[in-house]
Amino acid sequence: MDKHTKKPLVIAVTGLNAIDSPGPGVAVIRALREGLDRELRIIGFSYESLEPGIYMHDIVDKTYQIPYPSAGIKALFERLNYIHAEEGMEIIIPNFDAELYNFIRLSDRLAEIGIRTFLPNIEQLEARDKINLLKFGKKHKFHVPEDKVINKAEELNKLAEDFGYPLVVKGKYYEAIIAYTIEQAHKAFYKLSAKWGHPIIVQQFINGTEINIAALGDGEGNAISIIPMRKLYITDKGKAWAGITLEDQELIDLANHFVKATKWKGGFELEIMKDAKGHLYIMEVNPRFPAWIYLTAGAGQNQPATLVKMALGEKVAPFTKYEVGKIFIRYSWDHITDVKEFQHLSAYGEL
Amino acid sequence: MKLKKNIATSENGFIFNPATGDSFSSNPIAAEILQMMKDGKSSSQIKAELLDKYHVEELQLERDWDDWMSQLKDANLLEQ
Repeated sequence: MDKHTKKPLVIAVTGLNAIDSPGPGVAVIRALREGLDRELRIIGFSYESLEPGIYMHDIVDKTYQIPYPSAGIKALFERLNYIHAEEGMEIIIPNFDAELYNFIRLSDRLAEIGIRTFLPNIEQLEARDKINLLKFGKKHKFHVPEDKVINKAEELNKLAEDFGYPLVVKGKYYEAIIAYTIEQAHKAFYKLSAKWGHPIIVQQFINGTEINIAALGDGEGNAISIIPMRKLYITDKGKAWAGITLEDQELIDLANHFVKATKWKGGFELEIMKDAKGHLYIMEVNPRFPAWIYLTAGAGQNQPATLVKMALGEKVAPFTKYEVGKIFIRYSWDHITDVKEFQHLSAYGEL
Repeated sequence: MKLKKNIATSENGFIFNPATGDSFSSNPIAAEILQMMKDGKSSSQIKAELLDKYHVEELQLERDWDDWMSQLKDANLLEQ
């Protein structure tokens, strides 16, 4: 890319909630700013007023609030049109599971007005959905835990008999609770259904070592980048607060198999459990970059920057090496801002 | 029993398994033995060097060696 291009490349990014259960946005932006050899203007898309990234002006140049996914694609497209008229966006990188459906459905219309995305299609998105994961695993010969999609709490009793305890009770989009008794399972069911709606997924518990893989597919069956990571420190929400890159060919082979089988386009994360026999179970497939994505840049495979290059039509060869033993350690930082900024965002929906 | 090929060790006794992300600290003698294992020396060669260098009875060394192998196996650092 041309470092001396006068006009900055305008990239919009969601997921600015750098909180204890962080969105990937801030990490994606850090990787973009480091990995693209040209001036950038980063537009943040926010849903709530206290997403930390909004106020980090060295990270995000300007933030616009966008409608919640539940408002539908018409409201989103109208808002994006307004922002596009102001900013002349060239690329949008959505980073939340719940918003992806709308952005994918809008991708052709966005392309018509000059905004590029690099996303899986709806079929790919739905095939790896928690609701369809078991079917997906069986079709492509992946180890996947047994599960059942349920809409009524009464169904838990039968599942407890079938799967035994503990049971993993999962929300439609986010969160998983491990239940050791039927009472805990019921409580988890109601908590998650109140928060994320129906259905609820009940999954067989797999004991083992938790490993995550961040990867990038080109949409033609090739994995351009694969970085496996083991969580070294896990918060009570199950989020990685520290992690380390691993060297394990079986993990690389698994991610390659996934990309080949799905022809995945864009970033994704595989949540893997390696059991005592060494079987690699796919516990979940997240259809976007994970919050720890900056580690891929630290290990020598900057996935967000590479995604942008591919979105711009550049042909990128698959990475062949990365640094093993690179560690990320997340930290908290009290960022000071002024009520005027908060007020401005709340009143005008932009900052 | 051989140490896995990709196990990283350092002079200060730090051991890192890049396949699992596990790391361990060892004392100076353990670090020395690990280095000999990494250099491809056999267990009988290593034991002979230890007997020569340190004041230890052969029977005691055999016991300690078995314990050492058991620790390495538990830590998933040995070839299967």
